[in-house]
Amino acid sequence: MYTQILIAGFGGQGVLFAGKVLAYKGLTEEKQISWLPSYGPEMRGGTANCSVIVSDTPVGSPIVSVPDILIVMNLPSLDKYESAVTKGGCVFVDSTLIGRKVERTDITAHYIPATKMARELGIPTLANMIMIGKVIKETGVVSMDGLRDALAKTVSAKHQDLIDANLKAIEAGFNYAE
Amino acid sequence: MAKVLMKGNEAIAEAAIRSGCRHYFGYPITPQTEIAAYMAKRMPKIGGTFLQAESEISAINMVYGVASAGLRAMTSSSSPGVSLKQEGISYLVGCDLPALIVNVQRGGPGLGGIQPSQSDYFQATKGGGHGDYHLIVLAPASVQEMADLTAKAFDLADKYRMPAMLLADGTIGQMMEPVELPEDMSGPKYDKPWAVRGTENKREHNIINSLYLVPEQLEVKNFERYKKYAEVEKNEALCEEYMTEDADVCVVAFGIAARVSKNAIDAARAKGIKAGLIRPITLWPFPSENIAKMADRVKGFISVELSMGQMIEDIRLAESCKKPVKLCNRVGGMIPSPEEVLKAIEDMEGGAF
Repeated sequence: MYTQILIAGFGGQGVLFAGKVLAYKGLTEEKQISWLPSYGPEMRGGTANCSVIVSDTPVGSPIVSVPDILIVMNLPSLDKYESAVTKGGCVFVDSTLIGRKVERTDITAHYIPATKMARELGIPTLANMIMIGKVIKETGVVSMDGLRDALAKTVSAKHQDLIDANLKAIEAGFNYAE
Repeated sequence: MAKVLMKGNEAIAEAAIRSGCRHYFGYPITPQTEIAAYMAKRMPKIGGTFLQAESEISAINMVYGVASAGLRAMTSSSSPGVSLKQEGISYLVGCDLPALIVNVQRGGPGLGGIQPSQSDYFQATKGGGHGDYHLIVLAPASVQEMADLTAKAFDLADKYRMPAMLLADGTIGQMMEPVELPEDMSGPKYDKPWAVRGTENKREHNIINSLYLVPEQLEVKNFERYKKYAEVEKNEALCEEYMTEDADVCVVAFGIAARVSKNAIDAARAKGIKAGLIRPITLWPFPSENIAKMADRVKGFISVELSMGQMIEDIRLAESCKKPVKLCNRVGGMIPSPEEVLKAIEDMEGGAF
C-alpha cells in the first residue's frame, strides 16, 4: 500500500491538523509516513494544503502531485486539484461550502456537509475531523482502533481536553450516510 | 527506541541539544523559525542559552564568542539571513573555530520567497564570505538525516576545528517524518587546548584572532588550512548510491531533489530504463570519486537542482567532462516533479543530449 493524500482548503479550517491526525495514526500502525504543509505567509485565510503519504514501503518524494485521496474544504481547492486525482481515486467534498459536484466520472466522489454537521453538533471548528472520519470509513487508509492515542499525540498539551470533541467529530463523519 | 513524528526543523534542534550544544543564537526567518522556537522552549529547561539576537550578524558573532571558549554553539537561518552571517563565518574560519551554521534555504536572490530552494549551493560550498576557505557542508534528504547530520556536523567541526554548515531546504525543514533519536548524540570528545576559558595562572594566554598583518605568517596560515582541507577531502566525502550498479543514466541530486529523483528512477526502471542516482550527502567535500567512476560506464549525467545549475559545475569537474551533464531544474520555490525528471532521463536514454 502506498497512499497519497492531499487535503486542501482555507487557512484556519484545520487542514494541516487533519493531515497530522492521519500521519500520527499511521505512525502508531507502524506505517511509513510523511506530512508536508504548504501555505502562504498568512495566519488565517489564504490557501493551505498538506500532503500526507501513508505507506508500507519507504516514502520517496513527500510532495503529493497525483493524490489517491483528495479532501477539499473550499471551492478553489476542488477547482484546482480535481484534475490531479489519480484515475480510480477518491474525492471527499465538504458540501456545505462547495456547491458544485465533481465533474470527473473516473473517480469516486463523496459529499459530506461537514461544516453544517459540525455547527449542529456544537463543535463548529471540527468540520475537518468529520471529513477525516468519512475518509477512514470509505478508504480504510488508517483504522479507527486506538484513535484516541493518535489524537493525544496530535493535540497540543494544553488542549488535551479537546480530544473527546475530536473523537466525536471523527465518529460523526465515520457514521454519516450519504 | 521509539520513533516519533517530528518536523525537520525540530529534529535539527533536538539533535543539536543531544549533541551537547547548549548555546543557540538566532533571528527568526521562514522557513526555519521552528528551530529557534524549539530552542526557546528547551534551552532554559536544561541550563542552556537561547538568545534571539537583534540581527543575524549579531547572532553569528555570539556563536563566534562561544566557539572561542571551546563550547558547541550554533545559529540557524534561511538564505537572506545566511548572507548576513557571511562576515562572521569568515572570521570563524580565520580563527579556526568549530561551529554549526544551519541554512534552511528559500528562493532568492534578494528577499526572494518563502518556498524551498537550493540556490545557495555556491555560497555554501565555495566560500561565501571573503578569503580562501571551505566549510564542511552536509545536505540532509530526510527528517532522520536532519538529526543525524546535525550530530555529524558538530563532530566534524570539532574534529577538524572548522565551521560546518547544514544545507537543508524549506521542504525538509517543514515536513514531518518518523525519526529515531539516540539519547546521547555527542560523539567522541575532543581536547580544545586552544580555547579561551581562563589560564588559572598555569599557562600562557590563548589568543583567538584572525588578523595577521605579516604576509609571511598569513600565507602560512592559509597553507596550513588547505592542508587540513585536503585531509577532509580524503576522509569525509559521503554519498548514497541508488541503483547505480548497471545504470546507463546517472542522476545526481541532493536534499529534496534527490527524493523526487528516486521516484523518477523507480518509474524509469519500471519502463526498463536503467537509471541510477548518486546523492551527495556531503556537498563539500564533494563525492567526486563516485562520480568519476560512473563516468566510464554511463551515457551521461543529469543534475537535478532547485537552482539555475550550481552543483552541475562540480559534477563536470568530477567527471572531467568525459560525458555530457544535463540540467533538470526548477527555481523560485518550485520543485521539479518526478515526471519532469523522468522525461530528462528518457531523453538522455534516447540519445538526446
